[in-house]
Amino acid sequence: MRFSGFRVLSEALKGHSGWKPLWRNPDPQPFYDYVIVGGGGHGLATAYYLAKTFRQSRIAVLEKGWLGSGNVGRNTTVIRSNYLLPGNGPFYEFSLKLWEGLEQELNFNSMVSQRGVIYLFHSDWQRDAYRRRANSMALAGADARLLSREDLKAMLPFLNYDNARFPIHGGFMQPRAGTARHDAVAWGYARGADMYGVDLIQNCEVTGFRIVDGKIRGVETSRGFIGASKVGVAVAGSSSRVMAMAGMRLPIESHVLQAFVTEGLKPIIPGVIMFGAGHFYISQSDKGGLVFCGEVDGYNSYAQRGNLPMVEDVCEGAMAVMPMIGRVRLLRQWGGVMDMSMDGSPIIDRTGIEGLYFNGGWCVGGFKATPASGHAFAHLLATDTPHETARAYRLDRFARGYLIDESGAGAQPNLQ
Amino acid sequence: MKAALVRSRIYSEVKMLIPHPVLGLRDATEFIYLGAARLIDRPDPSAPDAEAAFCDYVYLRDNPAGAHRELWFHEHGDHSWLVVTRDTITHEILGAELAQDVALARKRSVK
Repeated sequence: MRFSGFRVLSEALKGHSGWKPLWRNPDPQPFYDYVIVGGGGHGLATAYYLAKTFRQSRIAVLEKGWLGSGNVGRNTTVIRSNYLLPGNGPFYEFSLKLWEGLEQELNFNSMVSQRGVIYLFHSDWQRDAYRRRANSMALAGADARLLSREDLKAMLPFLNYDNARFPIHGGFMQPRAGTARHDAVAWGYARGADMYGVDLIQNCEVTGFRIVDGKIRGVETSRGFIGASKVGVAVAGSSSRVMAMAGMRLPIESHVLQAFVTEGLKPIIPGVIMFGAGHFYISQSDKGGLVFCGEVDGYNSYAQRGNLPMVEDVCEGAMAVMPMIGRVRLLRQWGGVMDMSMDGSPIIDRTGIEGLYFNGGWCVGGFKATPASGHAFAHLLATDTPHETARAYRLDRFARGYLIDESGAGAQPNLQ
Repeated sequence: MKAALVRSRIYSEVKMLIPHPVLGLRDATEFIYLGAARLIDRPDPSAPDAEAAFCDYVYLRDNPAGAHRELWFHEHGDHSWLVVTRDTITHEILGAELAQDVALARKRSVK
């Protein structure tokens, strides 16, 4: 079933009686060539690219709940590629390029909107750091520009420019960055994978790995044993719990990150605004709600909800930079569980167990990586070699001393 | 009565009151979090396997879902380190000890 303007019109005339479910709901087969654990954005994208780009077949995605019920349904939908370090820049730019073609690729409206992302700076050294970042981005094939205080005032007149502690000196903008509709990303990949014959198996929790002589044979699940030649785990948030079943300890702690949505307003915020000094960033959804977020709560948590002190902290950040939203009512608040890795960067690699592969450690930035993560993980699963943009994301980089410490916070996950 | 119990439990989880062994119940926001209490067991730098042991110590974590022993520093209080046992699924605080006592007890048990 292809979507098109003609299709929408003809369905409108037929009382919308012809729409079908977007994917099948099959029972698990006894054996697959590839089993992907985790039916979120990354797992579904992996299955899609494995089937479409790498032309593999007999693939299943196992999801313990319903598709997209984890972090892909619990984020703030920002997509960008403004990274500094060589291990990161080309990967996220590859991801942004995939975002730009995603709707055509999947024939699904993911509402990718390149409305621009602006980082505010408040001092000369911060401006210099952003200039360096912009130059680094140019080397990775991405684009960025610096905005003066006057440029910013013309674009965003409502900011508090004369905050005593953090006066706004200017901004650093990536015009091609923006937002996407997070649920539609999961649904689009799920539908795409299903159309290529991938079995999407919901309500199927992996309870163990069957490993014989250091080689994977399959997974034990709540719906019985499923045999597999290769198993790829993409369950960020629960990575430690799942990989512990294979006897592995990871350089990861789980922390909760809260996000907030206000009542719907007329368009007031043109793009995404990042106020890093106050731990606050904000955008406006297409429905009009202001979507904003701050830092992780900062202690290990699997609660999928946060605590009040961080709510207060985020709202203080909002009031410091954007006093005009002080009387907007908050509609919803939620928490997602983050795989906080020890250097703030992800891991896509083989493990010590033959046929078992790991994708995780996305920290607070997994959503923007969804297409490239899926593509790179599919590349690794299909060819046993890392994708050229993901070579730095090795599991042993901590032991070898090749950390990718994007925020320069050291080996302390709650500071990343 | 039951509703009151449920409310008080939710309150303790949301507020995360830490029962400081010396100072009594303190709000968790007075503290700074470091990580798993295993960080007390710093490896011996002169041991033959020190490199691998330090890699494990600095980077790898158990990260359990459920009861977790962890280090909290009383930054806005008496500057003591506590070993707090907390449920990572509910945020319920199950107990707190002075890290100093924990470390000394371990030292004695090693001897």
